[in-house]
Amino acid sequence: MTGDATERGLLISPIKNGTVIDHITAGEALNVLRIIGITGTTTESISVATNVKSGKMAKKDIVKIENRELFKDEVNRISLIAPNASINIIRDYKVFEKKGVETPEFLIGIVRCPNPGCISNANEPIQSRFEVQEKGLHCLYCDWVITKDITSYII
Amino acid sequence: MGNFRVGLCAGSPVPIPPGQKRGFMRHIISIRDFHRAEIDDLLDKAQKIQSRFDSSSLRGKILALLFFEPSTRTRMSFEAAMARLGGSSISMGSVEASSISKGETLADTIRVVSGYVDTIVLRHPKEGAARLASEFASVPVINAGDGAGQHPSQTLLDLYTIRQSMKIDGIHAGLLGDLRYGRTAHSLAHALSLYGATIHTISPKGLELPSSLVDELSRGGCEVINHENISGIIQELDILYVTRIQRERFPDASSYFKVASSYRVTPDLLRDVRDSFIVLHPLPRLDEIDPGVDSLPYARYFEQSNNGIPVRMAMLEKVMK
Repeated sequence: MTGDATERGLLISPIKNGTVIDHITAGEALNVLRIIGITGTTTESISVATNVKSGKMAKKDIVKIENRELFKDEVNRISLIAPNASINIIRDYKVFEKKGVETPEFLIGIVRCPNPGCISNANEPIQSRFEVQEKGLHCLYCDWVITKDITSYII
Repeated sequence: MGNFRVGLCAGSPVPIPPGQKRGFMRHIISIRDFHRAEIDDLLDKAQKIQSRFDSSSLRGKILALLFFEPSTRTRMSFEAAMARLGGSSISMGSVEASSISKGETLADTIRVVSGYVDTIVLRHPKEGAARLASEFASVPVINAGDGAGQHPSQTLLDLYTIRQSMKIDGIHAGLLGDLRYGRTAHSLAHALSLYGATIHTISPKGLELPSSLVDELSRGGCEVINHENISGIIQELDILYVTRIQRERFPDASSYFKVASSYRVTPDLLRDVRDSFIVLHPLPRLDEIDPGVDSLPYARYFEQSNNGIPVRMAMLEKVMK
């Protein structure tokens, strides 16, 4: 085993079952966890490596989630902050399925509307709703468009 | 995500929340939901109503006026429009005396009122409130203004007034005043873009049309030209849409008066305008149009206000018949 491989092995050891999210834009690993709803209170074992050397991207982040296979809509949310990410579903240490991320058409209850006057920020029994457009995220309630810094609005 | 409840048209579908009723219902929430053909259809309907209308077409129907914000002309004109079609209206009274003061959500209010009436007209301080209401209502919802958001009946009556004087297609429309916060100017600009109009904007520094809206209009093929002052462009315009410059946008009274006076429409300013030129204003006005303009043939803002009746009659018939 080379020095590099040893280092990588120590940083992010293989998982038996679960999901590996690879080729995440460098520095976005923690935001990827937020956007798929994994916070400090969840029970999954998580490995995170940031700024790992990568032939394809110079630097990348990697996230490994044990014993949880991500659903398609969870995977697709990742495209908002890491459009080049690839998802590997692992079963018994082997890659069972490999897939890319697709940009979803709508985001329901994922992102908070930055407009304080928007009804989705009031005490109403609704979730925020955004349509994913080329120019950004369009709030379907107040027409506000989030064009940058999407991660700071993740609920 | 295949099920949508749509407005009068399918321009901006909103996914239905889990557990909500599915199916098509005519709501009028935003002018952005309209295709041009649907606007024309509504304006034609208003024109027919203005010349001759059936005063019993909505007999037995009840309209709820839910106004969470003060309003005089919009509320009264919806009430008058409903009465002229033979229907009746009920309102919730003041917010302080209602269940809202007990903390009831808008969603619950809408669910309950839906059981009492045939259509709900809603004005609310929060943007997107009418969209939310349309998701929880079992009857049509008409947006009568949601915060700084949409006010489609105003835009429809603006277009109706323009159409009384000229074909809307390809006109040169001047928008004057507070174009940053003025929701009527935003909606009108959007609607005019559907008619291939050229938009000329004249506004004080800091109150310009939002760049996101300019980008959107430009992407749709609409030319938007910004001007330093009104005198340089007034002769080229077919219509001038004047909006109120609100005092509270300025740090003190003197800076307000200084700016407001330079955006004032006077008889002198209109000396060399086109023959068919008209001046519109959503009212109420403050100092932005000199009273001397009222008697000129260009002044159409009072007709515009009166046009609220046939246009709102057309809207009520559209959603209830």
